[in-house]
Amino acid sequence: MSIFADENTKVIYQGLTGSQGSYYGRLNRDYGTQVVAGTHPKKGGTEFEGLPIYSNVAEAVESTGATASCIFIPAAGVKDAVIEAAEGGVTFIVAITEGVPAHDEAFFFNHLKRDFPDVRLLGPNCPGIISPGKCNIGITAGHIAKSGGPVGIVSRSGTLTYQALYELKQKDIGVTTCVGIGGDPVPGTSFIDCLQAFEEDPETKAVMMIGEIGGSAEEEAADFIKENMSKPVTSYIAGVTAPPGKKMGHAGAIVSGGKGTAQAKMEALESAGVKVGQNPTEAGELMAEIVASF
Amino acid sequence: MDLFEYQGKQFFAEYGMPISPGKIAFTVEEAVSAAEELGAPVMVKAQVHTGGRGKAGGVKFAPDLEAVREHATNILGLDIKGHIVGRVWIEKASDIADEYYASFTLDRSAKKHLGMLSKEGGVEIEAVAETNPEAIAKIWIDPVDGLTKEACKEWVAAASLPSEAEEGTFDILMKLYKAYTEGDADLVEINPLILTPEGKVHVLDAKVTLDGNSQFRHEDYTQYDETQTRDERETAAHAKGLQYVGLEGNVGVIANGAGLAMSTVDVINQVGGTPANFLDIGGGANADVMAGALEVINNDPNVKAIFINIFGGITRGEEVATGILEAMQRVQITSPIVIRLDGTNADEGREILEPNLSDKLLMEPTMLGAARKAVELVS
Repeated sequence: MSIFADENTKVIYQGLTGSQGSYYGRLNRDYGTQVVAGTHPKKGGTEFEGLPIYSNVAEAVESTGATASCIFIPAAGVKDAVIEAAEGGVTFIVAITEGVPAHDEAFFFNHLKRDFPDVRLLGPNCPGIISPGKCNIGITAGHIAKSGGPVGIVSRSGTLTYQALYELKQKDIGVTTCVGIGGDPVPGTSFIDCLQAFEEDPETKAVMMIGEIGGSAEEEAADFIKENMSKPVTSYIAGVTAPPGKKMGHAGAIVSGGKGTAQAKMEALESAGVKVGQNPTEAGELMAEIVASF
Repeated sequence: MDLFEYQGKQFFAEYGMPISPGKIAFTVEEAVSAAEELGAPVMVKAQVHTGGRGKAGGVKFAPDLEAVREHATNILGLDIKGHIVGRVWIEKASDIADEYYASFTLDRSAKKHLGMLSKEGGVEIEAVAETNPEAIAKIWIDPVDGLTKEACKEWVAAASLPSEAEEGTFDILMKLYKAYTEGDADLVEINPLILTPEGKVHVLDAKVTLDGNSQFRHEDYTQYDETQTRDERETAAHAKGLQYVGLEGNVGVIANGAGLAMSTVDVINQVGGTPANFLDIGGGANADVMAGALEVINNDPNVKAIFINIFGGITRGEEVATGILEAMQRVQITSPIVIRLDGTNADEGREILEPNLSDKLLMEPTMLGAARKAVELVS
């Protein structure tokens, strides 16, 4: 099995006719994802590469029965796009766009939580989700992932998500689902959401978790793992040598006031029984040892 | 984006918060004439993007113009934690009866806005949080609801301020929250918020960090962008739209994605090297961006080898490869380049690079291997 999305998930692309949306929409469809429609406020009723374009998500859902939406809208429009998707009736929203203001993220996170409790938002500023061999929603290069499990991956960083998939494929280890939660201050889906789903998924036998400096999401995940996870977890935290007070690209990736250091996160994870690698390759090797013991 | 204190105060003033009259000065003469205009006594305050100004001698009281001249001479050019003071804020001095602390920021764990108010102002709030946490009244605000008057009143009451300060504080907090949300701030902080002997509540310091991602709806924020503290390399990188942080070492780093770039810096350290920088070319980087990144790295005299670490997702391998070759034609790259290329269209990218490989342009299949090679080339 996989978590959050599989071969039956029908996906709408908000921004399908844009340059990134069309490129990845096509790649996702070629991968096997059920890409069923696109939306564009002014192009409703037209077609794009054989796919119907609707004026909004609600119309697209009504006509196609889609349950998920993938957002490739520029940052200024993401707040409206997320709310449109939730109101339109999908239950899974994947927002790829980077550069969304933190106040917008805080707003739609709380709006969804209160008024659309059954809707899961992934992102923004994330690579999306891939259940290898079943579906790929987002910008991950599909060929770097081996299908079939037994490992689930959750990662806060886009490119390190790919690195993790790649490390496992090199060792011939398959993945049930790989979720890129994104590096922004208010991610729609957290480490804990994914860890819980992997814990409940019978085909996932172990989890690889990729974190980075800043915030306390890794520490909170460590507490969750200690209390609730029976499955083994390996981890890698990026930014061990990052200087304090300097923002390392991601809005979230900053060590401030002595908090959010890689060291503190690694210690919290180790004390929860997680095997922590010093680099992505080592985290992959630790996972290979675990998989070999099954 | 960090604002200088005076920019923060002017930002607050737009929302109707009471600040002291003041003027910015870049030279001693400007400082003296500003003080003359305002009328002594004044404060001479270093404008830098770092805390601990007072301890470093960057904030002085000047009872007369002679003292202004003396302090401005000492403060301009002063090094405060690596920040050289280039401007001072000359502000009419205030009488202080009591000092408080007020701020709003995003609580990433709670995913709500967090307001903090304390009657223990004028000191580092981290110290108060540690020694006397009950002295900080906190409020978590759902961004959908915003800060209601009722909630704000309760919050002020919980802080146990003297009763004569309550109304003025309430008024400033409502305005501060408006500035925080409408202004897309990551942080707004007033420390100290003061009570004057006349019973007025007043903003005496301002710390503001704005969300750079919100610039699309705040055209005027370019003025703050221009006053960010950056070294020469960072300025050049920023002009090209690159995420760059200067470090001390000699291996230049170019990677796509913040996580991979951080990881690349880590791995170079682990194999015994020292990274010269963190540089994230971002998602969807094309040939132009790659060429720009190589130019920035090439201009850093410390760099002895360059490690380009690309794992394509939204970034495409053939674009990266073309960019590297273009850059090598455009600029004389002095250091050898080691490339590791994977992900979207990596095969196409490698094919483009293959015929151009030399002792100046090397390709390695893994991240660790490429890091080792780059570090080896330095020594």
